[in-house]
Amino acid sequence: MLTEFDRALIAATQGGLPLVPRPYEAVGAQLGVSGEAVRERLAQMLDEGLVRRIGAVPNHYKLGFVANGMSVWDVDDARVDELGAQIGRLPGVSHCYRRPRRLPVWRYNLFAMLHGTSREQVREEAKAIAALLGDACSAHDILFSTAILKKTGLRLVD
Amino acid sequence: MPSLEDRRLIAALHGGFPLGDRPYAEVAAAHGLTEEQLLEKLRAWLAQGVLTRFGPLFQIERAGGRFLLAAMTVPEARFDAVAAQVGAWPEVAHNYRREHALNMWFVLAAETHAQADAVLARIEADTGLTVYAFPKEKEYFVELKLPLEAIHAD
Repeated sequence: MLTEFDRALIAATQGGLPLVPRPYEAVGAQLGVSGEAVRERLAQMLDEGLVRRIGAVPNHYKLGFVANGMSVWDVDDARVDELGAQIGRLPGVSHCYRRPRRLPVWRYNLFAMLHGTSREQVREEAKAIAALLGDACSAHDILFSTAILKKTGLRLVD
Repeated sequence: MPSLEDRRLIAALHGGFPLGDRPYAEVAAAHGLTEEQLLEKLRAWLAQGVLTRFGPLFQIERAGGRFLLAAMTVPEARFDAVAAQVGAWPEVAHNYRREHALNMWFVLAAETHAQADAVLARIEADTGLTVYAFPKEKEYFVELKLPLEAIHAD
């Protein structure tokens, strides 16, 4: 569970850091603590993994990566972990997860998010995954995104 | 689209933003810019939507929270209305339209598992549509391939 200070710190920075020369001072002023306290806690959060990273969150579309495909794979349960661990090295893959099937509507248990400058490029990336999975995979699909309906990220709720 | 030089800068700004007193000045100096030039670029990219955010990305699951992927089959005639209903929840961090019978895919970010489950139940009740939850059972390591990542898991 989050401490009261952590909650306040997340709430103050989840939308972004202030674009001023001393952003941590500005956050501290808002929270009634020093900039030093903000910097120290953020450093600890990075160590703990509670902060994944500090930096830019790009809109891939605006950077030319207009094709986004969620590739999904029905992979033998006995081999999915071994193979999933290898997929992360392939080009275009930004995330890779094992998730539950929802039979009969959904048979896929491995999800790999693919990005490219065209759908053709994404399909090529998927071919590399298919080759890697070989006969461990019995079916796959690529769900291309056609609209970003929302993209805000975490927002703590009071 | 930003220039190649700017895209490289965006890639370099992906992570590791310093925790010093003047972090923008530090980064700017490393890229031959002034602090104010870097701040101007960041303001412009955020205003243009090239960046959706600049700052810390929280992995709330490390503090008992949850990111949860879910999908629905939304009838075409109701698509925009349901997108608005789903998007109105602050816990909905992302929502994408995708080409599939399951045509709406969204990610909840909640401080607790119970909160995530409660929002899914409310979305089901409010829309009258079945929501399929796809909690991650395992996350596989992905090598950093800049600037391609970090679109969904955050």
